[in-house]
Formats: sequence, C-alpha cells, structure tokens
Amino acid sequence: MAADALDGVASDPGVPKPDPILVVDGVQRRYGGLTAVDVDHLEVPRGVITSLIGPNGAGKTTFFNLLCGFDKADAGQWTFEGRRADGVRPHVLARRGMVRTFQLTKTLGRMTVRENMLLAASGQRGEHFLSALVKPTWASQEKANIERANDLLERFKLSALADEYAAGLSGGQRKLLEMARSLMVEPTLVMLDEPMAGVNPALTQSLLEHVTALRDQGMSVLFVEHDMDVIMTISDWVVCMAEGRIIAEGRPADISGNPAVIEAYLGIDHGGSVSGAIR
Amino acid sequence: MSFIDIIALALQTAIGFQGASYALAAVGLNLHFGYTGLSNFGHVGFLLVGAYGMAISADQGWSIWVGFALAIGASVVLGLLLGIPTLRLRGDYLAIVTIAAAEILRLVANARPSEPLTGGSRGIGGLSAQLGFFRRNIFDEPFRIGDVFVISARDQWLMLWTWGLVLVFCLLIGLLVRSPWGRVLRSIREDEDAARSLGKNVVVFKLQSFVLGGVIGALAGSLIALGDGSVSPIRWVATLTFALYAVVILGGAGTVWGPVVGAVVYWFILDAVEGVLGNLWFDVSDTTVGAVRLVLTGLGLMALMVFRPQGILGSKKEMLASGR
Repeated sequence: MAADALDGVASDPGVPKPDPILVVDGVQRRYGGLTAVDVDHLEVPRGVITSLIGPNGAGKTTFFNLLCGFDKADAGQWTFEGRRADGVRPHVLARRGMVRTFQLTKTLGRMTVRENMLLAASGQRGEHFLSALVKPTWASQEKANIERANDLLERFKLSALADEYAAGLSGGQRKLLEMARSLMVEPTLVMLDEPMAGVNPALTQSLLEHVTALRDQGMSVLFVEHDMDVIMTISDWVVCMAEGRIIAEGRPADISGNPAVIEAYLGIDHGGSVSGAIR
Repeated sequence: MSFIDIIALALQTAIGFQGASYALAAVGLNLHFGYTGLSNFGHVGFLLVGAYGMAISADQGWSIWVGFALAIGASVVLGLLLGIPTLRLRGDYLAIVTIAAAEILRLVANARPSEPLTGGSRGIGGLSAQLGFFRRNIFDEPFRIGDVFVISARDQWLMLWTWGLVLVFCLLIGLLVRSPWGRVLRSIREDEDAARSLGKNVVVFKLQSFVLGGVIGALAGSLIALGDGSVSPIRWVATLTFALYAVVILGGAGTVWGPVVGAVVYWFILDAVEGVLGNLWFDVSDTTVGAVRLVLTGLGLMALMVFRPQGILGSKKEMLASGR
C-alpha cells in the first residue's frame, strides 16, 4: 500500500515525499493587509488520504480554492502530476484529474440525481454543439455513461433516488451525491472540502468508508476537516494549518502529540476547538 | 361587437403574425433565461439588429436573403461583443450590460449622424416594395371563418414564415436540450461553479447559448420588420424585452414549447381585454384602454406567479426544486 512509502518520511512542515501528486511552492493569498494563505512548501503524497486540518480561519478552504483554480493566488506556483497547475482554470484542472467537492454542497437542484451524475462524465462527444444535434454520434457513449452512473449510484446507495430532483435530497444524501458525481470525472486526486460537515454520525461513518474506498482504488485524497476523531481514523498523513501557514505535518499519531498543533488547533483560550463552523 | 367577435379577433392576433413573432423572439430568450439562466435584459437589442439588418438590406437594394444574412451576422457579432467580456463575470453584470446595450443600439439608430444608414428617428420604410417579400406570396385568398375571423393572404404568408421558423427552432432546441450539451446548459443555470468543478468550460457554453438565442431573436426582428414594412427606433424599447419575459414565464421557462404557448396566450388575453374594454356600456377612451390593459396584464402575471409560478407548461415539481 502506498501509505507504507510514507514510513520513512520525517514529520516536519514542508518535508519532501516520494512521488508526490501535488507540489506547492510559496503560495500566498492576501486580502488587503491580511495574508490568508502563506504556504512555503507542501507535497501531497500520492495514493493516500491526506487531511488538511486547522482551526476556523486558518486558511484551509482558501488554500484549497487556490489549488483547484477557484481563487487566484497573489504569489507562488504548484504542480499537479508534474505539470504546472497555477493560473490554470478550474475546468482544465478537473479534466486533468483534480476534482473537488464543496463545503456547501453544490448539487444541481432542478436536475435529477442521474443527470447530476451524467453531467460529470468527461470527454462527452454530445457536449459539442453540432454533435449534440446528431444523437447517433453520442448515443453509445451516453449509454456507457448511464451504466457507469448507475453503478456508482448503487455503490453510494442512491439508486432509489436516481430519477428524483437533486433538490429533494437530504443534506447527507447531497454529500454522497457530490462525492459520487466527482468520481464520474475519473479523478486521480479527489479534493473534499469538509465532506463531513453537518452530517449525522451514522452517515459520517458511511462517508468515511467511501473516502477509504477511494484510496483503496488508487486515488489520492486531500480533504479539509475539523473533526479530530475523523482525522485520526482515516488519514494516512495530516497537514495542519494555522494563520495561513503550515505549522506541522506528519502521521496522525505524531500530529496528535505535536505541541504546535495542540496549541493552534485544539486551542487554549479561543473557540478554535469547537468542531463545525457556525454559519 | 358581440362577445364571440371579441374572442375571434383576439384569437386572430394570438395565432397570427403578432403571436408568432413574439413566440419566435421568446424561443431565443427562453434558451438564455429558461435553460442557461442568463439574465438577458436586452433581448430587444437582438431584435433591433435583425430588423435593421433587413431594413438596411432593402434600403441598399439587396435581396431578402442578404437581409437575413445581415441579421444573423449582426446578432452573432453583438452576442460575442456583449458575451465575451460579461459572461466571465457574475450573472448580474450580464443583465446590466444587455439592458444598456439594447438602449444604446436604439439611441444610435435614432441619432442624426446615423440617418444615411438607419434613417434616424424616421426609420426606413417601403421594405415590402423593395424586397418584394409579398410578391412571392403563395396564398391569394383570405382565409375566413364567418365575418370576423379573417386572415388576409398577406398575413397567411407572414404566418407561414414566422410559425415555420418557430417550428424549426423549437425542434432544434428540443434536440439540443435533450443532449449532453443541453445538460451542461442546465447545470450552468443551477450552479456554474459546480459545472466548472466537473471540467466544463462554462464560458464557452454560455457564449454558444447566448449567440444562438440572439440569432433567433434577430430573425424574429427581421420578420417583424417585414411584417411592418418599415422599421423605426421607437419600436425597440425595453418594454418589449419585458413583454418577452412575460411570454416566457407565462408559458413555462425552460420548456421547449412554453414560449409558443406563452406568446399565444399573452396576445389572446391582451387583445380580449382590449376588446371587452372597448365595448362596455360606457365609453372608454383608447388611451385608457391601453393603460388599463397594461394594469390587467400586470395583475394577471401576479396571479400567475401566485397560482402557477412554473408557467402553463412548466412542471410544478421542477419549480419547487429550484427553491433548494
């Protein structure tokens, strides 16, 4: 398993790793006088689950948005699968295999669950304006996509809802749909922005199993999370941010005892230890 | 005038050229607003360039085909010109830019320096004579049911063209929206960031939708110019765009045939109300009729929003889904 490769890696911020999928250098994002993100160097390992933790306002989501092109960095560069990824538009990164989900789920309400899935399939011939008019040019591909979508819906236990409008799903089901949908893109790196936020404990367990399954299928996972228990259960590697910087990284066991993490993340005199943001 | 006569006249307007031209223009707007979620508040600008394309072609002594080509060409240019800078931005910017652009186009057409080309405030007349549009008419007898419901040969020819184009574009859009292309448009309407995160080049799809809808609007504009036999700037005011929104929402935004049903019902109600007001036991002046008609249209639309917000053809379930 790929996690074994991390055995010899030291627990230092910015430590180099064998065969990283994402390498970040000197990324900064400033809002006026406030530097929200200031990451010197980070390597996200391939084939494992990496979690990005930190108190509220640590810059996790901002950093996350920068990496997948949804926000513009003021400085720095990063590579994904060895190719420059800074300044690249989000849809291009998605096509290269870096697919994200959102903290506030973005299911497409007035489309059915199955349509949500089908949309995500990449390289669809029927998305070209002229081919769209000639159904035979895309019918067979569509059929294959429908099968793949049905299989994934089965796996995520959403089959019964396939023909319902996505707006009718519960919060937890939407999280599941979003995760299933991102798999339709056939990503190599799945980036999950707080997939467990606002989800009941039973569903959290099922989501965790799905995340683990992604790794077992050979995908790399980077996810933002608040809940320490969740992180300790499934991560292979943990990166901790505070005030825009990476203050520690390492295996879960190392991180939980790291004094810098305890101070910044678990907090002593501020509300940072409360899991789940108040919105 | 009897009640039957009023209904017959209203029906004549609704299924006639008036209804057809609104239906065609609304089919374009529906692609923007109903399927892609683009707030195009300057659809009348596309109609204007289409109408002037046809009129200028006539004025220069060119043929009707050059007129259509000019209309299509100008609307494609307008669509790209407005779309490329604004479709990258958030939705509201498109609304601001389109409403302003349509007004600018009207004022430019109206301006004195444009007179050699557009005829300024007087516009361009005598299109029918120049283009010989009605000389090609295949109908020579008026179509009549009774004494009141009469459709002249001229109107039959216009209706054939306009309803013909409505049919063609409805079928085209029906094919498109049921394809993966249409699925991407709808996903953009729902949440364009989600579409982006799944690898869709959102700007390109929005631009395609914007230009295609604009071309349909321009064709409607050309046909209105042919039907009127003239163009003048005051016909292309923002209220026309809002009337088209009323048509789209009335029929059911995001449905293939919604704009068609919407246009027919819209004109039927408008004309029937006018007929009733003009034939009451007391005299109502024409200006009052016009004003009251608009008041009633507004009330009607409000009632529609309350009792059937999804429009005539829209699905209630889908409408509720938009509430998230």
